[in-house]
Amino acid sequence: MDFFVWLFELLAGNSTIKIIFVGLVYFACIAAFVTVLVIFLIWMERRVAASFQERIGPNKYGPQGLMQPVYDAVKMVAKGIITPKNVDKPVYNFAPMLIFVATLLVFAALPYGKGSLTVVNLNVGILYIIAVSSITTIALLMAGWGSNNKYTLIGGMRTIAMVISYEIPLAFSFLGIIMLAGSMNMTDIINAQQDVWFVFLQPLAFILFMISMMAELNRSPFDLPEAESELVAGYITEYPAMKFGLFYLAEFANVFSMSAIAVTVFFGGWQGPFLPSWLWFLIKTFLMVYVIMWIRWTLPRMRVDKMMKLNWQVLIPLSILNIFLTGIGIKLYQYFGGTGGA
Amino acid sequence: MTMESDNLITQEFNLNMGPYHPSTHGVFRAVLTLDGEVIVRQKNVLGYLHRGMEKIAESKTYNQFIPYTARLDYLASALNNMGYVQTVEKLAAIEVPERAEHLRVIVAELQRIASHLLMVGSTANDMGAMTAIVYYMTLREKVLDLLEMITGARLTNNYMRIGGVIDDLPDEFYDKFKELRKFLPERLDMVNTLIVGNEIFASRLKGIGVITAEMALDYGVTGPNLRAAGVDFDLRKKDPCSVYDRFDFEVPVLKNGDAFDRFLIRGLEMRQSLRIVEQAVEALPEGPIMAKVPRQLKPPAGEVFHKIEGARGVLAFHLVSDGGPKPYRLHIHGPSFVNIEIMPAISPGLMLQDFLAAFATIDVDMGEVDR
Repeated sequence: MDFFVWLFELLAGNSTIKIIFVGLVYFACIAAFVTVLVIFLIWMERRVAASFQERIGPNKYGPQGLMQPVYDAVKMVAKGIITPKNVDKPVYNFAPMLIFVATLLVFAALPYGKGSLTVVNLNVGILYIIAVSSITTIALLMAGWGSNNKYTLIGGMRTIAMVISYEIPLAFSFLGIIMLAGSMNMTDIINAQQDVWFVFLQPLAFILFMISMMAELNRSPFDLPEAESELVAGYITEYPAMKFGLFYLAEFANVFSMSAIAVTVFFGGWQGPFLPSWLWFLIKTFLMVYVIMWIRWTLPRMRVDKMMKLNWQVLIPLSILNIFLTGIGIKLYQYFGGTGGA
Repeated sequence: MTMESDNLITQEFNLNMGPYHPSTHGVFRAVLTLDGEVIVRQKNVLGYLHRGMEKIAESKTYNQFIPYTARLDYLASALNNMGYVQTVEKLAAIEVPERAEHLRVIVAELQRIASHLLMVGSTANDMGAMTAIVYYMTLREKVLDLLEMITGARLTNNYMRIGGVIDDLPDEFYDKFKELRKFLPERLDMVNTLIVGNEIFASRLKGIGVITAEMALDYGVTGPNLRAAGVDFDLRKKDPCSVYDRFDFEVPVLKNGDAFDRFLIRGLEMRQSLRIVEQAVEALPEGPIMAKVPRQLKPPAGEVFHKIEGARGVLAFHLVSDGGPKPYRLHIHGPSFVNIEIMPAISPGLMLQDFLAAFATIDVDMGEVDR
């Protein structure tokens, strides 16, 4: 007990240590949440894929095979961590850590529910999320370059080309929303959707967001950076054991966080009748995750040049058009006596 | 080596694709010289699966070598069996009973369907359509079930004998085949709506790796690849072995010769093969399934050349006998070995992704290339 008394006194006395301590607890909570979530998502992905492919999927360990990813994770942790001979060691070893941290940073700012469930309520929420999720690109490039392998290099090059260019329509699709809500704060955006969801006011932005989101997530039809039939495993080819595990974890965690953003921005976030707000948030997000998996297991992979063409010639002009139309719409609405908009 | 385009100086680099690579379908090694993702040159490196089949044949009796032929093109083993036994029969002048000929056609065409299904499935997989391959595999499973029922093996079956076949059709076959007759066209239509009608998939294959009719003839490309280029050449029609001349079927011919046509023609051929099997099952005559062949087969001295339409093109055997119980020399002409030689001609200018599309649709089997 002495330890806890000492800890309590320490926390009560010194505010700097308190901030660090609370920060650590918060970080641990999010890391644990993300890990459990990813284990569930891997199971879900495998079962969803199986149901599309006339298979059963993992169903032996635990109820409905829920324990299967846990066993897989244990196996992965227990494997030997090898560093190949000719890699650029600092870059190679730092990449998995960076991608994991960048993924967790997004989770910090998600609005999980009403009031205090939105733990960090940033007034630049969307901007923060776009900025932080771009860091993963650097990690992928580091992995591709540092591995000193031609396949990973091509994978890394494709990632840079793709993710950076698709970030533009992704960010632009948010601009219409920000104009409507008049704020970049996630909670404000959710509150602005009390009467009608933004997906109905901004259908074009939603489609643009969905397409560029798939590209940001490196998932089919945009899974070019890790196209297994061409590049073996793309930028993760040279990573063993838990280093690979961190990439895998980040990939699935990103699927969840992107779905959560989609739900927040377009589907009214945690709002909904009867059920508690966090449950609404989870239901909507998992439905979105299901849609993403559905798309992945249906569409083939795009060609690299077609992918770039789609972005620069179709998505970006459309997203600029969307901003323009939104502006006109808001002005017309105000002219005919409505209130709202920025 | 550096080359200058505008102001950007880029450097070419070599990429060894294979022998262990998920999309080289076996142990094919392609040395690619890349400029970014565009292929400048490509070189085939073969021989990783060489087992010395032709030499082995010289130390085996004629009957003992039949199982080895199934390992040549292990995805179309029954067709290889058929080509070999017919060559020996031609040399030894053995008359095969009618019923055995029909049974051979049934097994060979089912095998062709199974082989084509694997090709379209793996092509879809290489294009990233991971669900389409499973749909094709479900269908292939049913075909393999039938083959297993008849021959006892799923992949490397050893059904044909010199002078006939080893076993008759089991009774369950007819019901199972009825199911397949219904299931196969349905399933092919279903997957067509999933991927062939898909804009992304079509854009991956259309206009990629074009083999023109002239080029195909120059390089000696045969089989579905040649017919996709617009040349109407099928040995089942032009020089029918066995009882192929009795069946009513069409030879599908397309005109573009690109990867998309090579993909489509497999689907069309499967439907025609099913037609042949249907007719063969209906016209199955009564009678023995084996001719009277001496236990120790000693064909007269001499040589013979025999060719059949394999799943991937013209499969030919050149057999020389010195009158003894073992072949003096056996030369195997595998269609994959000829077809793969066109790769260096069509790959310059393709992107890395398109190279896989071109390679997958040419449909080579490394077991047949290296022998």
